Amino acid sequence: MDKRIISFFNFFHERFPLAKTWREHMAGYYAPKNFNLWYYFGSLALFVMVLQIVTGIFLTMHYKPDADAAFDSVEYIMRDVEWGWLIRYLHSTGASALFLVVYLHMFRGIIYGSHKNSRELVWLIGMLIFLAMMAESFMGYLLPWGQMSYWGAQVIISLFSAIPYFGEDLALWIRGDYVVADATLNRFFAFHVIAVPLALVILLFLHIVALHEVGSNNPDGIDIKGWKDPYGVPVDGIPFHPYYTVKDLFGLGVFLVIFAIIVFYMPEMGGLFLEHANFIPADPLVTPEHIAPIWYFTPFYSILRAIPDKFGGVLAMGFAVFILFCLPWLDQSKVRSIRYRGWMFKTAVTLFVIAFLGLGYLGMQPVSPVRVMFARIFTMIYFTFFLLMPLYTRYDKTKPVPSRVTDHGNGLLISGMKRAIATVCITKSFRIGSMEIDVPVPTRFGFSALIRDMKYTLGQWVDCVKNAIKNVRSAG
Amino acid sequence: MSANGVDLKKRRFLTLALTATSAVGAGFASVPFISAMAPSARTKALGAPVEVDISKLEDGQLVRVKWRGKPVWVVKRSPEMLARLNDVEDYLADPDSENSVQPEQCKNSYRSLRPEIFLAVGICTHLGCSPSYRPDIQPEDLGEDWLGGFFCPCHGSKFDMAGRIYAGMPAPTNLEIPDHYYLNDDQILVGENAEENA
Repeated sequence: MDKRIISFFNFFHERFPLAKTWREHMAGYYAPKNFNLWYYFGSLALFVMVLQIVTGIFLTMHYKPDADAAFDSVEYIMRDVEWGWLIRYLHSTGASALFLVVYLHMFRGIIYGSHKNSRELVWLIGMLIFLAMMAESFMGYLLPWGQMSYWGAQVIISLFSAIPYFGEDLALWIRGDYVVADATLNRFFAFHVIAVPLALVILLFLHIVALHEVGSNNPDGIDIKGWKDPYGVPVDGIPFHPYYTVKDLFGLGVFLVIFAIIVFYMPEMGGLFLEHANFIPADPLVTPEHIAPIWYFTPFYSILRAIPDKFGGVLAMGFAVFILFCLPWLDQSKVRSIRYRGWMFKTAVTLFVIAFLGLGYLGMQPVSPVRVMFARIFTMIYFTFFLLMPLYTRYDKTKPVPSRVTDHGNGLLISGMKRAIATVCITKSFRIGSMEIDVPVPTRFGFSALIRDMKYTLGQWVDCVKNAIKNVRSAG
Repeated sequence: MSANGVDLKKRRFLTLALTATSAVGAGFASVPFISAMAPSARTKALGAPVEVDISKLEDGQLVRVKWRGKPVWVVKRSPEMLARLNDVEDYLADPDSENSVQPEQCKNSYRSLRPEIFLAVGICTHLGCSPSYRPDIQPEDLGEDWLGGFFCPCHGSKFDMAGRIYAGMPAPTNLEIPDHYYLNDDQILVGENAEENA
């Protein structure tokens, strides 16, 4: 490499742990080779979080946190600000996407036992992120100052007033007024734009640091550190970069296609992502006929509604979130992954998913006696899943766990990826100070080789289809 | 005194003293920040009473006025509506308003100063939604037991025509009735008690 580039890098290397960080967290971080589809959601969550921050910055340039101006400033963004509609739809759709991706990310953790020893801290920090996300989205939802914003905030802040003795004063302190008003809007803006995002970024950093300390789990729930080659590298691990960066980029591509379709063609999602009542300015005198929180809160909202007692309902809802924190200690199974667990855990997870989705659906619907009954049954299942977990995970019959990770076809994917990278790139060794890094560098010849490969494969497909048509014709 | 001349006991005492003093200091320093989130002087000053004119109210009609940012309802109940108040008493959680908030003069079966005029804060005592006014009898969505009243769309709490909560509902108490009194036959002042101005 050019001497001047090397001395440029060396300047930083001697003053900042750039290469060390890169090695520890990217090129030298060995993740299990058997990641599957479920492992896309972590990196996707990170991407959406960044998208929310970037779009949020641009929205604050035009938004006014003032009860008299907020609703109009959102409409102004939608109609008059250049590309304002796109930035706002990216932000509103991004909120829903973030929760979807994070729910899937958490479910992955539950079924593969990613919270179990020794990843408890990863799970706990993750739960704090989830909590901060809920606060962030709740406060953000007040900002457009529509009817649903207003009454949603009114209901959620009133939850605090259910606490005995000091609840009313606490709710008053949160609102800064006797009802949800300008003071509430202004402080929610401050929390939504500064306080909570800052906390989220710090928590996210801790989440990743904690993960990289203990290493990633995998669909088999087996520690890859047990089998190392003479150089101390786990034989069942592959470096995060380039293998998982490339895999995650592919996942991101698929995600963005779906995301773009929603942003451009159905940003309101039929009232699910942007609720209809929120297109009416906030009116403190009239509650909309049917109010429901945004879809990702409805499971917890259903639990609140299912309990026929004010404080009891609030406690149950709080407990429904809190109990997730205890998961690492509730799960007493000898094995991590669902692949090696018995029928009891599998049945419990299935019932839990049905209950969670059922609660989510019911939370969007108006109350009726039948729906309340179902909500109560699902609430029972939700809590039973966690409270009986120490029992059924202990007595459940587990299958023997292999000592090395199994393949399940991922090997093919990885060898395919290795081939693709080898086709497009040549590996170059760079010396940065005392450290040597191998970096695959795409070349012009590599790309033409790739295109040649693709043309060849495409040609084979076309021939294949042609032959099939010919066969059908001759048979007919 | 340890071997290398460090008095560990003294060091521990100083560390503890410093920690304790800092904690007290931090506690005091947090006061302005916590207080800044409480209602401001201007917010507190905006709680002036409001007048309602009831001369044009017809039987069964409800009007809303804004008082301290909250909706206040004034309903003129028909004689049939008043008669039905006795029929629902067995199904109520707090028929005599023992655990509910209202001025002493309104603690009766009508929950009002005058039987026909009902005045209450239109905020559900559960989680603060404003219930819908449903004077209709036995509508399809509320079932055969419904004899008119207020229905909260948020969590399904049901109140009768005197704002009394039915048993087994999420809301814990009857609708709040604010201080109010009649200035004359047609006008009510919401937010003050007659005795305060006597």
